[in-house]
Amino acid sequence: MSAEPIIRIRDLKTAYGSHVVHEHLDLDIRRGEIIGIIGPSGCGKSVLLRAIVGLKQPAAGSIEVFGERLEKLDPDERRTLERRWGVMFQDGALFSNLTVRENVMVPMKEHTSLGPQLRTELADMKIRLAGLEPDAGLKYPSDLSGGMRKRAALARALALDPELLFLDEPTAGLDPITAAGFDTLVRQLQKSLGLTVFLVTHDVDTLYATCDRIAVLGEKHVLAVGTIDELRKVDHPWVQEYFGGPRGRAATGH
Amino acid sequence: MADTFPPEFALEDSDEFSTLRLAGDWTVAHVQDVDEALRQLAPAKPMRIDVSGLGRIDTAGAFVIDRTLRAAASGAGSDAVIVGEHATAGRLIAQIHAVSEPVPAPPAHEGGVYALLERTGKGFMGILAESVATLAFLGETLITCVRLLSQPWKLRWTSIVAVMEEAGLDALPIIAFLSFFVGMVVAFIGATTLSDFDLEIYTVELIGYSELREFGVVLTGIVLAGRTNSSFTAQIGTMKMRQEIDAMKTLGLKPMEVIVAPRVIAMVVMTPVLAFVATLAGIAGGIMVGWLALDINPAVFIERLRNSVPIDQFWVGMSKAPVFGLVCVLIACRQGLNVGGSVQSLGRATTTSVVQALFSIIAIDALFAVFYMELGI
Repeated sequence: MSAEPIIRIRDLKTAYGSHVVHEHLDLDIRRGEIIGIIGPSGCGKSVLLRAIVGLKQPAAGSIEVFGERLEKLDPDERRTLERRWGVMFQDGALFSNLTVRENVMVPMKEHTSLGPQLRTELADMKIRLAGLEPDAGLKYPSDLSGGMRKRAALARALALDPELLFLDEPTAGLDPITAAGFDTLVRQLQKSLGLTVFLVTHDVDTLYATCDRIAVLGEKHVLAVGTIDELRKVDHPWVQEYFGGPRGRAATGH
Repeated sequence: MADTFPPEFALEDSDEFSTLRLAGDWTVAHVQDVDEALRQLAPAKPMRIDVSGLGRIDTAGAFVIDRTLRAAASGAGSDAVIVGEHATAGRLIAQIHAVSEPVPAPPAHEGGVYALLERTGKGFMGILAESVATLAFLGETLITCVRLLSQPWKLRWTSIVAVMEEAGLDALPIIAFLSFFVGMVVAFIGATTLSDFDLEIYTVELIGYSELREFGVVLTGIVLAGRTNSSFTAQIGTMKMRQEIDAMKTLGLKPMEVIVAPRVIAMVVMTPVLAFVATLAGIAGGIMVGWLALDINPAVFIERLRNSVPIDQFWVGMSKAPVFGLVCVLIACRQGLNVGGSVQSLGRATTTSVVQALFSIIAIDALFAVFYMELGI
C-alpha cells in the first residue's frame, strides 16, 4: 500500500437543484484496499460514486482519481483514465440489446487491440470468473435472473482488469450463499490483481467479509472512517446502532 | 501508469523439456501481440513455462498462459508446469485455470433452400397469428369499452381528459397547419390545370370534394399515426419493461381498463374533432389561393361551395374519422403491451406500431372509397 491515495476527495459539495447531498466531504482511498461505504438510505452513497466517476458534476470541491482531476483532463486523457476503472451499477445496467458475452466484450472492443477470437475467449473466461455458467454468455440480460445480471455486470466491470473497481450494492437482492460467493470472489480478485475496491453496500456480512476500511456517510459528509473495530468506538448514534443492532451483532457472532 | 514493456516469449529446447521463457508485461492492453504466435506453438516435448522474467500480469495475460499450458498438455500428452518465481503469476494462473475451460460453440444455423422455406412458412404463420391477435385485441377492447360505457362512473375521467389534451388538443396546431398547406397546394394544382380551359372557378368544387371527403381526415390519420402511435407505444412499452403492468395486475387493476380504454375513448372522440379542424383549415388554404391567385372573392368561394358541394361529402369524411382513431390507438396499445424486456423490442414495437397504423389508414380509406362508391355517394 503506497502512501499516495488513489482517490482524494476534498471539500466536496454536490447538489440537485437546491437539495444539497454532500457538503464539506473529505475522503481518501488508499491503493489496494477495499473500502466499504455505508450510511442510511438516501445519504448519497451512490451520488458519491457517480461524482467520482464523473457522472455527476460536483458543485464545489475537488476529486482526484489516480492523482488527476477529472474535469481538467482533455477527452483523450480522460478515456485513458476511464479504462483504468470498472463500474458495476446497482441494477447491472447491462446493454439489453447485446448478449452477456457481447456486453463483456464492449469495453475490450472500445479500448484495446484484442482480436475477435481472443476477445471472445477472454469474455467467456470473465463470465465464469464472475460465477456464471458459460452458456449464460449467449443469453440476453432480460433472460437472466437478478443475481445473474449482477454477476454479468461484474464480468463487464472486470473486462479490462481495472485497477479500481466501483461496486454499487453488489450483494443486494442475492441469496446469502450467492452473496458470500460474491464476497469471496471480490476478495480473491483484490488479492491476486491488487485491486482497489470502492464498495457501496448495506450488507453487514459483506463488510465483515471483504472490507479493509469502512467510511460512514451521513449528515452530508463522512461521519467516520476506519476499520470495523475502530468504528465500534465511534460515538455517533447511527454508527452505534448500525454495529450494535441485531443485524450488526449477528454478523460478528456477538 | 508506469512504463510498459511489450510481452515477449522465447522457446528453448533441452533434452527433456521445452522451456518457454516469458518477459515483458502480459496485460490486456498488449497481450494480443503474442496471441497468434502462442497459438502456433507446438512443442514436442513436455513444456515448462518460466515466469521468472515476467513483468506485470493480469487476468488476460494469465488466461493466455493458461491456454498455452492446456494446449501443451493435450499435445505432448503430459502435464505442463510453471517454473520460476513471480509475485502473483502462479496464484493468478491457478485462479484463472479454474474458469478457463474452452466453451463449446453453439450449433450453427442451417442455410440453404430448406431454411428459406422454413423462414417463409414461419413468416406467413406469423402474419396470420398477428392478424388473429389484433382482432382478438379489438374484441377485448370493444367489450371492455362497452362495459365501461354502460357504467360511466367506473370510467377514468382524469386519464381520458389527459389523453384528450395530450394526443388531441396538442396535435391541433400541427394538423391545422399541414392541412392548410395541403389545401393551398391542391388549389394551385387545380388552378393551373383548369385555367387551360378557363374553368378556374371549378377549383372550388375540387377543394370542396377533396378536402371534405379525403384530405382532411386522411391527413389527420397520418399525423396521428406518426405522433400518437409512437408516443402511446413507447409509454406503454416502457411501463411493460419496468414491470408496471405486472404491478397493476397484482393490485387488481386491469390494464385493459386502466391503460387501453381511456386512450381508445379519448381518441375516438378527439379524432373527428381534429379531422373537422383539418378540413376547415384545408378549405381555408383553398380560399386563400383562390383569393390571391385566381381573384375568386372568399364570399363567392363560400357561396359556390355551399351550392355545388353536397353536405353528404362532409359526412362521408367525418364517418371515417372515429374508425381511423380507433385503429391507430388499438395498434399503439397492442404493440406497447407486446414489448418484451429489451430496449430493442421497444424500438421494434414502436416502429411496427407506426408502420401498421399508416398502412391500416391508407388501406381502410381505400375500403371506404369502394364502399361509398357502391352506395353511390
